[in-house]
Amino acid sequence: MKSVRLDLPADREVVRSLRVGDEVHLYGRIVTGRDAAHKLLVEKKPDDLRDILAGTFIYHCGPVVRRKGDGWEVTAAGPTTSIREEPYQAQVLKDYGLAGAIGKGGMGEKTRDGLIASGSVYLHAVGGVASLLARRIKRVVEVRLLEELGPPEAFWVFEVEDFPALVTMDSTGASLHQQVRDLSKAAFDKLIG
Amino acid sequence: MPVAKPDYKTFETAVYETIVAAATRLPADVTAGIKAAHDAETGDAAKTALAGILENIALAANDSTPICQDTGFPTFFFSLPPKWERTRIVEIVRRCLARATQEGVMRPNAVDSLTGKNSGDNSGELFPAFYFDEADGPDLTLKLLLKGGGSENVSCQYRLPHAPFKAGRDLAGVEKVVLHGIFEAQGFGCSPGVISVAIGSDRAQGYALAKKGLLRPLHDRSQVPALAALEERLLEEGNRLGIGTMGFGGKTTVLGVKVAAAHRHPASFYVTIAYGCWALRRKVLTFGGETHTIADY
Repeated sequence: MKSVRLDLPADREVVRSLRVGDEVHLYGRIVTGRDAAHKLLVEKKPDDLRDILAGTFIYHCGPVVRRKGDGWEVTAAGPTTSIREEPYQAQVLKDYGLAGAIGKGGMGEKTRDGLIASGSVYLHAVGGVASLLARRIKRVVEVRLLEELGPPEAFWVFEVEDFPALVTMDSTGASLHQQVRDLSKAAFDKLIG
Repeated sequence: MPVAKPDYKTFETAVYETIVAAATRLPADVTAGIKAAHDAETGDAAKTALAGILENIALAANDSTPICQDTGFPTFFFSLPPKWERTRIVEIVRRCLARATQEGVMRPNAVDSLTGKNSGDNSGELFPAFYFDEADGPDLTLKLLLKGGGSENVSCQYRLPHAPFKAGRDLAGVEKVVLHGIFEAQGFGCSPGVISVAIGSDRAQGYALAKKGLLRPLHDRSQVPALAALEERLLEEGNRLGIGTMGFGGKTTVLGVKVAAAHRHPASFYVTIAYGCWALRRKVLTFGGETHTIADY
């Protein structure tokens, strides 16, 4: 298993060279965005979010946060299921110059084509390891659209250190999710006879 | 023996403790199942993920932070002794959920389906879910399940016969559609998962019965020999699918299987699957007034 340190905003050549099965450790700023966020980015195309999204990863995550002084503290921040963003993801990656997305469960063909076109990757964080991942968030830099979208759906900008994830879809079109689906389909067909 | 007057004040403290325990401390039987899966795993990606899961479980328990950021759709199963008022219990639960949300133990998860507005305190119309029945003895029992949205989304219901797999109205047919349910879930429900199956009843009660099965300890078997045998088979076959942790491929896709059966209408044969993610958060509060205990099942 190859292990890669990736500083953000990301060097696009490094991102393009990542392959399915590589382990990535992120350092720098990432931004959360899930269902309402993706819908908004595609339908309204806001320009005032470009500054936080360019060159980084959009993280499919609705964190648990609490107030700490003037700022925020994150108590839990694991990934949510990515496939719900399938209708939007490729467009969002392209329009906002993202290096890729982080989530869980993988994504479909439209996103796969988007990753190839924009030279980006899909990173899989381990679903449910929310306490562990929250500790890799060193600081909440800011939050956008908190009132409008609510805490799970808002754009949270996190400063992360050693945030671990696995490349499961790369810019060549390879997908671990498709491989496992094909293998398990063969096993299923055999079992039901 | 005279029936004790309900002590709602102490009860409120106990309910709050139960919510915090459920969100932050994974049941020991589930943790042991994950540890065994980790030790048996040989694939790099799955083994690394399982190691992360075990580390996360320990961190959450140690710091009383949520195991998973999706603290789920809370479901409260109450068994009440005489004199306990449901309306007061509901008020108490809503207050405890609001407090746990404020404290960063629960994520605000109740969203208005029409406006998209989050209520902010985990309360709303039919949120959380309440089930009430009568207690056998003098103690009140609360079984609490926090079930994440990802795992709920891959829960499903089949109607037999199911032509695509030649699944008929018998246990062999049930076996086929359950395996299909596990296959379709892939890693989306945060595998390795616990699969709880309800055979029969109507659509609504099938889902309720399947969800209730997730409250059973990981390694128990059905008292009905035919269902116990089906549980064993599904566990073995489910793991032969090779989906593995998070769908990365691997030896353990399913941590446990539970099957229950109910009567059905002559025209209907439903098979309902409740998918429990690895973070199977359940706690049982036994409240006796002067003393109370919180257990894993």
